[in-house]
Amino acid sequence: MRFEYAPAPESRDVVDIKPSYGLFVNGEFTEGGGTPFKSVNPADETVLAEIACADEADVDRAVQAARKAFETWSALPGSERAKYLFRIARIVQERARELAVLESLDNGKPIRESRDVDLPLVAAHFFYYAGWADKLKHAGFGPDPRPLGVAGQIIPWNFPLLMLAWKIAPALACGNTVVLKPAETTPLTALAFAEICVQAGLPAGVVNIVTGAGATGAAVAGHADVNKVAFTGSTEVGRLIARSVAGTGKKLTLELGGKAANIVFEDAAIDQAVEGIVTGIFFNQGHVCCAGSRLLVQESIQEELLGALKRRLATLRLGDPLDKNTDIGAINSAEQLARIRTLADAGEQEGADRWSPSCPLPDKGFWFPPTLFTGVAQSHRIAREEIFGPVLSVLTFRTPAEAVEKANNTPYGLSAGVWTEKGSRILWLADKLRAGVVWANTFNRFDPASPFGGYKESGYGREGGRHGLEAYLDV
Amino acid sequence: MESIALVGDAVVVSTLTTPLAEVASSDATLRAFLHGLPGVDRVGADQRAAALGTRSIKTTAKSQAIDLAISMVDLTTLEGADTPGKVRAMCAKAAHPDPSDPSVPRVAAVCVYPDLVPHAVRALAGSGVKVASVATAFPSGRTSLDVKVTDTAQAVAAGADEIDMVIDRGAFLAGDYTTVFEQIVAVKAAAGEAHLKVILETGELATYDNVRRASWLAMLAGADFIKTSTGKVSPAATLPVTLVMLEAVRDFRATTGRMVGVKPAGGIRTTKDAIKYLVLVNETAGEDWLDPAWFRLGASSVLNDLLMQRQKMATGRYAGPDYFTLD
Repeated sequence: MRFEYAPAPESRDVVDIKPSYGLFVNGEFTEGGGTPFKSVNPADETVLAEIACADEADVDRAVQAARKAFETWSALPGSERAKYLFRIARIVQERARELAVLESLDNGKPIRESRDVDLPLVAAHFFYYAGWADKLKHAGFGPDPRPLGVAGQIIPWNFPLLMLAWKIAPALACGNTVVLKPAETTPLTALAFAEICVQAGLPAGVVNIVTGAGATGAAVAGHADVNKVAFTGSTEVGRLIARSVAGTGKKLTLELGGKAANIVFEDAAIDQAVEGIVTGIFFNQGHVCCAGSRLLVQESIQEELLGALKRRLATLRLGDPLDKNTDIGAINSAEQLARIRTLADAGEQEGADRWSPSCPLPDKGFWFPPTLFTGVAQSHRIAREEIFGPVLSVLTFRTPAEAVEKANNTPYGLSAGVWTEKGSRILWLADKLRAGVVWANTFNRFDPASPFGGYKESGYGREGGRHGLEAYLDV
Repeated sequence: MESIALVGDAVVVSTLTTPLAEVASSDATLRAFLHGLPGVDRVGADQRAAALGTRSIKTTAKSQAIDLAISMVDLTTLEGADTPGKVRAMCAKAAHPDPSDPSVPRVAAVCVYPDLVPHAVRALAGSGVKVASVATAFPSGRTSLDVKVTDTAQAVAAGADEIDMVIDRGAFLAGDYTTVFEQIVAVKAAAGEAHLKVILETGELATYDNVRRASWLAMLAGADFIKTSTGKVSPAATLPVTLVMLEAVRDFRATTGRMVGVKPAGGIRTTKDAIKYLVLVNETAGEDWLDPAWFRLGASSVLNDLLMQRQKMATGRYAGPDYFTLD
């Protein structure tokens, strides 16, 4: 019997989106000097709100406010700073439903993911670093580690609120103040977070949110009175920032692109490996820097595994991000969609076989079907360049050594996955793979206690865990 | 051609010409085959089952699911205190779950102990509801093969349409797969035309790898259905265990072309639980299994919750439990 799931949309009534938003500087919402821009719902291309754009003068105001607030904030006992962070974490939990809907509206990701992954992790991050605030002496960075000062932070659009949490929570716990620029396509949850800072009674200037595009980000990273720059985004922009920061004495951490290998051995638990492959590349429409975008499958099980994978992909539900049964939401922007299309077309032209399940796409909005490329060679663009979309390139290997060689043969080194029931092989591979995170028999699992970061062109520095404190301490 | 199709599954198994024909030819080949099945990662299987449990089934989908779930219930009473009167009352409920609403479908079957089969058969004559009987020294299965076969034959002679047998878990856990296999084959022969459901008692098998192996073992031996539990051992049916069994029947059909049914039993109490199982079937084995011929819910208390939810969907109001019969 055919069992159709009726639409089950999460209500939009829990969010109250204002027609326009200002910058959050020194505890107040203010106008911006730049030309305001619009944030669009990628699922139907409707305008959600008009957003102020910060120019250099606005960024300067924000940095000055942060500098002033730093004096008192850094002098607070850790236990006092912890109180604010715990309070923020609790407010995030209380407003989780609203924030999840807002995130899905602005970003296009399925409500199932914003509700079950993003928001719980955001709260967990604040709780985790709140716990460190009065224990910095025991973090292994000396008897009395000091904060750096003002942190300029630039975050991407793929996990807007989660990346904000990754940046702000450790910075504040260590006693820094921040000027944060959210991505121009997804500023709404960062602005909702500004309200949460007010709600939590956070002293003015400790957190400043400046919205805008690349120029605003350049002003944040380039400001002379910023002591620390943290960036998550593309390798291309990361290079520009590294260049602008070079020689200034600013501390820098970069979390950039990836082209992770998800390696499946013939003795893997096949059904769970299939789930891991799906989670690896189709979670968040593949807009994940650590996505398992290259599937390396042992030749002996290639046919069986691909058969199972295709059968599974046929059950993925693409559509309205607010429907609670949606697995794949909208691509975040027209620009990103164009990039995915270009690379997918290049894959076809270079001779790889393209496959997608039968998957009707909505008429409006930005959509791309889950796509599989087989017969991919290491030299193809789709095996080398980060696509940042729901596109999986399948390659094969014969021996464990070949798997390692192929997995490491990339300019990136952010993450990798290993699927085998053999424990000794997992340990051997974890040792050989040049990737900041190696997942064994799972993929895209995050925990605030676990450090995250890359090798090579995937960036430097670690976020999360005890290691994540180092980036915000003068050590 | 017709006559061959009517001979029954036992014959089909013995003439299996698939790659699996030789699997049961010796202890060694059987063991090698079962241990050669892909492993099951517990964490991943639990996650997948939990994720499917978050599907939101509302409005028309919920109405459809409730009626489907009712039609899949094996209404069960398996107590030492069962009496003919108790069984007759349950049979009346099985044929007409909600006497005030004839649009409610009948349940799939009733499930009773062998000595009560005649009473159930009489009470259900002409209703279309099947009579299932547990057999083979249910629930422990701790007796000789002769007794198990006799137990089965008597239930069938009394008119049971379906036999729910238990496997010898002791033999399975000791690695004596041949004994388990041969017992299922013998019971299958004794069951004749009756459909054979093989209870794995997954709560005693402990690991998902064992659940997968036991599923394949039962299917190779000719099971028409594989069933999770007796309901006498905790945990009874769980979503992840049912997921592993659904994967097994899906893969078994892909390999042999033969379709085997699945029956989770025990611990399914609410409409929400029942719908989670239907989602699991839909997205694992597929829509072919969304049919009382291929999927059953072994339960009793869930039926009243399904009826309450059904009435709520129809009228917009909940009626109290006093408006639903307790049988």
